[in-house]
Amino acid sequence: MTPSQDDPERARRFREAALPYLDDVYTLARYLLRNPADAEDAVQECYLRALKHFDTYRGPQMKPWLFAILRNVCHAEFARRAGAPVKALDETPGAAEQAPLWQESAETPEGAVLRERDASAIQRLIDTLAEPFRETFVLREINDLSYREIAEAAGVPVGTVMSRLARARAMLRTAWLAQEETKP
Amino acid sequence: MTCDEAEILIHALADGELDAGHAREVEAHVASCPRCAAEFAAIRQMKQALATADLTFKAPAALRERIEAALPPVQPLQPLQPSNVTPLAAPPSRRSLLRGFALGSAVSALAATGLVAIVLRNDDQQRIEAEIVSAHLRSLQAGHLTDVISTDQHTVKPWFNGKLDVAPPVIDLTAEGFTLVGGRLDYVDARAIGAVVYRRRQHVINLFVAQTSSTERRAARLDALQGFNIRSWRDRGLSYWAVSDINTDELNEFGERFERAMSGSS
Repeated sequence: MTPSQDDPERARRFREAALPYLDDVYTLARYLLRNPADAEDAVQECYLRALKHFDTYRGPQMKPWLFAILRNVCHAEFARRAGAPVKALDETPGAAEQAPLWQESAETPEGAVLRERDASAIQRLIDTLAEPFRETFVLREINDLSYREIAEAAGVPVGTVMSRLARARAMLRTAWLAQEETKP
Repeated sequence: MTCDEAEILIHALADGELDAGHAREVEAHVASCPRCAAEFAAIRQMKQALATADLTFKAPAALRERIEAALPPVQPLQPLQPSNVTPLAAPPSRRSLLRGFALGSAVSALAATGLVAIVLRNDDQQRIEAEIVSAHLRSLQAGHLTDVISTDQHTVKPWFNGKLDVAPPVIDLTAEGFTLVGGRLDYVDARAIGAVVYRRRQHVINLFVAQTSSTERRAARLDALQGFNIRSWRDRGLSYWAVSDINTDELNEFGERFERAMSGSS
C-alpha cells in the first residue's frame, strides 16, 4: 500500500512529529511577517505543505525542516505584496529595508550598557532589523537552533549564518542604544 | 589569531558553537585584545538581556484548532478530497530558498566559510543526541544500568571521583517523586561521561553529564528521538541530557526540579 494523504497511521505520525512545534513555528512566523493575522495564515499553510511532503522528510530534526517550509511560505507572501510598505520603528515606512546592510560596530560606544527592556520593546527592536538578519537572529536567539540547523533551515552555508548573526547583533545593539538616548 | 578572524568567531564562542580547542584560542585572543574583549562583553550582555525576556509567541488556540481540523483524522473517516487541499508548490529546493534574499553579506560570508570549516564543533546536537539515546538504550538492555547502586547522593557522588574529568552533581529528588538509583560510567562521543540514574514509577531516567567549553548558561530544549524524550541544558560549564521514555511534561518537571535544586545548593 502506498502512503496517501488519508493514511491514518501517517496522519498520526505527522501529528506527533510536527504539532509539538506549533508554538515555535508560529513564533518564527510572527517575526518574519510582523503581523499576527499573516502569521496565522502562513503557519496553517506551512503545516499543510509539511503534511503533503511528509514522505520526503528524513529525520531526525523536525524543527529546522518545518522552518524551511515556513520560510518558503513567507517568501511567497513577501513576493505577493512586494512594494507594500512595512511598518518599522522609524517614522519613514520601510526605513528598515533601506537601511545600510552593515553598520560598523565601531558606531556603538564600547562599554555602553544596554538597559533591560520588556519583551514587547525588544520585539519591536527586532522587527526593525532587515531581512535576512532578523531571520537568522530569531532562529538563533529565540528559536534556539544551532548554527548548523539554521544553515539547514535557511539553505545557506554556516559561514553565512555566522556573518549574518554578527551583523544582526551589531544592528540591534545600535538600535537598542539609540532608543535609549531618545527615551532616557 | 587576528582581530579579523576573531570578529566573527567571538559570536560562535558566545553561542557555545566552538569546539574546545578553538574556544580556548578565541578566549586567549579576547583576553589579550581590549577591542575584542569589549565586543565579546557586548555580545554577552545582549544575550543576557534577551534571556531575561520571553520573546516567544504562543500559537492562538483557534489556529491550533484550524490546523488540527485540516489534518486528516487519525481514525479513518472520509478520505480527504483533492479539491479540499490547497494546491501546493514543489518541495523547497535550496535554490528557491535562496532566491529573493539580499546578498549583501556574500563577501564576508565567503571569508567566514573558510574559517568555519575548520573550527565549528563537530559534536553537533543531532549526533550527540543519537549517541545519548543509544547509551540510554544500552543501559536498559544490557542489565548494566548502574555501576554504583545507592539511593544516597553522598555515596553516588564520591564514586565518580577519579573516574571522570568532571564531578557530576548528584541530587536526591526522591521527595519530588524521582528516586535516585545510582550512577554509571558511559561512553558518548568517544569519551567517558557520567550518568546519574533516576526512576520515576517504572521508568528510568538517565541524566548524562559532560564538560563543555562554554560557561554560558543555555536554557533547556526538548527533543524527541526514537520515541525517547530528551531534555538538554547547559549550566556552569556542564552539559546535561536527561533521557527517558516518560512524557515530555514529566521530563521537563524533572529537569526544572534538578535545576532549581542546583541553584539552591550554590
